[in-house]
Amino acid sequence: MKQVVTGNHTVSHAARMARAQVVSAYPITPQTQVVEKISEFVADGVMDAKFIKVESEHSAMVACIGASAAGARAFTATSAQGLALMHEVLHWAANARLPVVLANINRAMGPPWTIWTDQIDSLSQRDTGWMQFYAESNQDIFDSILISFKVAEQVLLPAMVVLEAFFLSHTAEPVDFPEQEEVDRFLPPRVATHTVDPAHPAAFGGLTGPDHYYELKYMEHNAMLEAKEVIKRAAQEYGDLTGRYYDMADPYRCDDAETVLVVSGGVASTAKDAVDEARAAGKKLGSLKMWTFRPFPGEEVRELLLGKKKVAVVDRNISFGQEGIFCTEIKASLYGQKGAPPVVGFVAGLGGRDIKVADLLAMAEAAQKDDCPEFNWHGVKP
Amino acid sequence: MAEVPKKLTIPAEEYMCSGHLACQGCGAALAMRYALKALGPNTVYTVPACCWSVIDGPFPYTTLGVPLFHIAFEAAAASACGLSAGLEMMGKKDVNVVAWAGDGGTADIGIQALSGAAERNDNILYICYDNEAYMNTGVQRSSSTPWGAWTTTTPARHFKTRPKKNLVDIMVAHQIPYVATAAMAFPEDLVAKVAKAKGIEGTKYIQILASCPPGWRMAPEYAVKSVRLAVNTRLWPLLEVDHGVYTINRKPRKYTPVAGYVKLQGRFAHLTDEQVQEMQGMVDRNWDRLLFLEKSTHEMAGIPLEAEKAAAPKDKGPAAGGG
Repeated sequence: MKQVVTGNHTVSHAARMARAQVVSAYPITPQTQVVEKISEFVADGVMDAKFIKVESEHSAMVACIGASAAGARAFTATSAQGLALMHEVLHWAANARLPVVLANINRAMGPPWTIWTDQIDSLSQRDTGWMQFYAESNQDIFDSILISFKVAEQVLLPAMVVLEAFFLSHTAEPVDFPEQEEVDRFLPPRVATHTVDPAHPAAFGGLTGPDHYYELKYMEHNAMLEAKEVIKRAAQEYGDLTGRYYDMADPYRCDDAETVLVVSGGVASTAKDAVDEARAAGKKLGSLKMWTFRPFPGEEVRELLLGKKKVAVVDRNISFGQEGIFCTEIKASLYGQKGAPPVVGFVAGLGGRDIKVADLLAMAEAAQKDDCPEFNWHGVKP
Repeated sequence: MAEVPKKLTIPAEEYMCSGHLACQGCGAALAMRYALKALGPNTVYTVPACCWSVIDGPFPYTTLGVPLFHIAFEAAAASACGLSAGLEMMGKKDVNVVAWAGDGGTADIGIQALSGAAERNDNILYICYDNEAYMNTGVQRSSSTPWGAWTTTTPARHFKTRPKKNLVDIMVAHQIPYVATAAMAFPEDLVAKVAKAKGIEGTKYIQILASCPPGWRMAPEYAVKSVRLAVNTRLWPLLEVDHGVYTINRKPRKYTPVAGYVKLQGRFAHLTDEQVQEMQGMVDRNWDRLLFLEKSTHEMAGIPLEAEKAAAPKDKGPAAGGG
């Protein structure tokens, strides 16, 4: 059934339909509507869950960790400073191999205080062991949350679904909600093993020396690699159920493209318009939307980009002193490959500055030039 | 209030096995052993960074007969709330969910999450074993370190000059159903309080004074004696606050100066007689304050205060197995 809902309320509905059993969250703009709606669902009894209204994001994640360790399906949502405050225990969730799912509404980090979007908050969590899915639309948000629960519970790694502040969080769009029974078929109740249970006493996370710790990391890495296949299977199953198919690296008019814009999040939607406009003007432009950042779909990126004339990566983020973070990852995927195209990076839209079709066309245009610098700040005011 | 039994009624069952990694004379190990006897097997523990993260043993060993979930330093209370909610959603409704933390993890880095849990009155039992410093990291001062004490971050010539944080009153201010102090040298009282707390719905807070021979700079054989003295000198009163009503569970009939407690421990060795007198003043004022609170809260609740005689303790001698 289609309904017009905001990105934030889409998150709430996804948590409800995924039958999350414990939700623990702390308010932060622009995430607040997510938890307001969930608190209504729980209070009204349309969602059979415990909602722990904690005193901080740190405790929000810790409560999810506790609930997940007990075997329950746990969910939270946050933004920016809140995600940064969780950082320590994001590691804890992943290292404890707990399939918590979190929606992060991308908001730039202060100071100065800001509530508008960029990706530095979520990308700063790159090495915590969380899967990351970047949503292009409200429909994407809903679908990604259901898929990420399924994948997380299979590979035993937590997952983060990321959406942009305001461009998605507060924008209402039609979302096609499946029937609950369809969702239940796709996402049955969690089957948890090794839970904290008085019937099976054990210690969890106790002091571990160099003899064993190393292998645990090896297993965690392999779980993240395994997640690639699990995501593909889950996305296929979800597509068969709903007609909406997802790819970790999702190309748009790339087949004969000479130049490809690599984008993520809602910018991917704008990029499709830019590509259409360029195509109408006879230019061979395509775009590639990165749906997952972790695991990073290196094979798919190579398959889609090797042999192209130029790749321009648009990053709504910056690793200070280096370049955009997706740009580095794309370069790493192409390094040393035969037919690897030159890659140029554009940082754009930090702190919520809009990235319009004209901006993307200008970046594509600049990228095509032989003397285009490897790294560029798009649209910095003099 | 918790009935202090007339005879030894500590359950014989053990839920902690030998081979743990505590130091000789560890008060925290005894506190755990007694608490578990009161809790029984339908219990899960969550433990933040503290001595007990080590005492339980390294992977793949555990010394407890109940699950122990390790969690980050500031996270004991929130993890207990999550476990409690999760277990309930999994249909396991009568599990005792215990947050077991040291004084640093409680009074310092963990106080925010603890305050949050208590304000919500989530159904957890929070037990702080209080050895009055960061003992696991090598005796650094915490806000629970008493006035006058040496630690490695308050050297003798700059000893701690602020009083021990009164976490008991902070927890009472949250209007939770049950707050109590205990001491591992008084096992009947400790077991009775934990047993009482587990039957109460909501947030329960118990702070157990647990000696640390290395950190208190004393011989391990004084582990129990020192804590008995802490109670008998009125420095660490055994009390409980049941729905806001204060009861002092042990009122030593004989006035014992705090000097005896102080002299036993190297951490106070630098104090002059005048400084020990200053400490005595703090102890006396706190005792008077508690007597006043006991009287006034009983009056306000319309509960007659039991005669001092009736409340007088019956247990004799140091705890079995202690020291």
